[in-house]
Amino acid sequence: MKTDELIALLASDTSPIAKRSVSLRLAIVALAALALAFGVLVAWLGMRPDLAAAMHTSAYWMKTFYTLGLALAGFALVERLSRPGVSGQAGALLLSACLLAIVGLASLQLMRTPAEEMSSAMMGSSWDRCPWRILALSLPGLVVVLAAMRRFAPTKPALAGAGAGIFIGGIAATVYGLYCEETAAPFVAIWYSLGIALSGLLGAVAGARVLRW
Amino acid sequence: MLRGLAGDAAAHSELLGALTRYLRSFLIRRLGRNAADLEDLVQETLLAIHTKRETYDRAKPFTAWAYAIARYKLIDQFRRNRIRRTEPIDSAEELFATEDAEEGAVRLDLNRLMSELPERQRALLEAVKLRGLSNAEAAANAGMTETAVKVSIHRSLKALARRVRDED
Repeated sequence: MKTDELIALLASDTSPIAKRSVSLRLAIVALAALALAFGVLVAWLGMRPDLAAAMHTSAYWMKTFYTLGLALAGFALVERLSRPGVSGQAGALLLSACLLAIVGLASLQLMRTPAEEMSSAMMGSSWDRCPWRILALSLPGLVVVLAAMRRFAPTKPALAGAGAGIFIGGIAATVYGLYCEETAAPFVAIWYSLGIALSGLLGAVAGARVLRW
Repeated sequence: MLRGLAGDAAAHSELLGALTRYLRSFLIRRLGRNAADLEDLVQETLLAIHTKRETYDRAKPFTAWAYAIARYKLIDQFRRNRIRRTEPIDSAEELFATEDAEEGAVRLDLNRLMSELPERQRALLEAVKLRGLSNAEAAANAGMTETAVKVSIHRSLKALARRVRDED
């Protein structure tokens, strides 16, 4: 085909594009991922029986703010990295801020913990299940976000995929907080982060394959 | 671009036309004027700029976005070319494989032809021509005179040559 003909063809297809189209799509993805993770949680593990009481504790909100912060950082990463010629700096900055905050909080708590309770603050009673459950809860959302991102144009598919994994992993971990009864900041800093990192890793591996265009 | 995003077809067409000229010179600088796939790459980039126009951030410079797409497509092209360049190695391997097969077939034919010779002649021929013994050594092994060995081998070769000719 001649290039002029191609231009004429392309110009004939000009459906208007909404201004915040990318963010809008990602917001819909976030809601879908939230609903999917919640559905899987209810069907699989259920919710902690003392959820209403737990919502009055600072430990619950510490967890929730941390995971939501990571989800937001992931959102910013995906929103930026889906566009050619744009860097993901803002998202990376927010991500580091979240990590720094939780590590700081965890260190403070550990310093005030007697030595014999140290390991229970770090390992809790579910350290060997927590990361895997977060990963499992993020799987349906990961499929949705990667499918939505295929219409975008990430020039670094693996990095954009990692951002997507953190975005969805943060949402999944927030939902998992409705079930998980761990309250110690060191536990959250290690095992929640690990679960979200696993989701990010999976996103990077999958992104490198399916986000090419 | 902004008017194109709003659905203005004329503005969009004008933009793509102007972009084509910039893209072509951008790619010529990197691929050389006579690159066979230059025009393919121009078209592919235009297509991407059109289908991915949703990802353009209106607050950012348009050219940075468009050139980032062109660069991505160019790198993609390099990657594909590298894969293409490894293909000759595959076909060369195939070449070796067929040669091996032919050699095997030749050996098989020779064995078959030689098996049609009388036992004594075949043993002598193998000793001298295939295992590389001298006529004198083969004669000593078989308990014959050297002349008799020479005659026998001569006859064997003639018989073989005849068989090959007949088969052809």
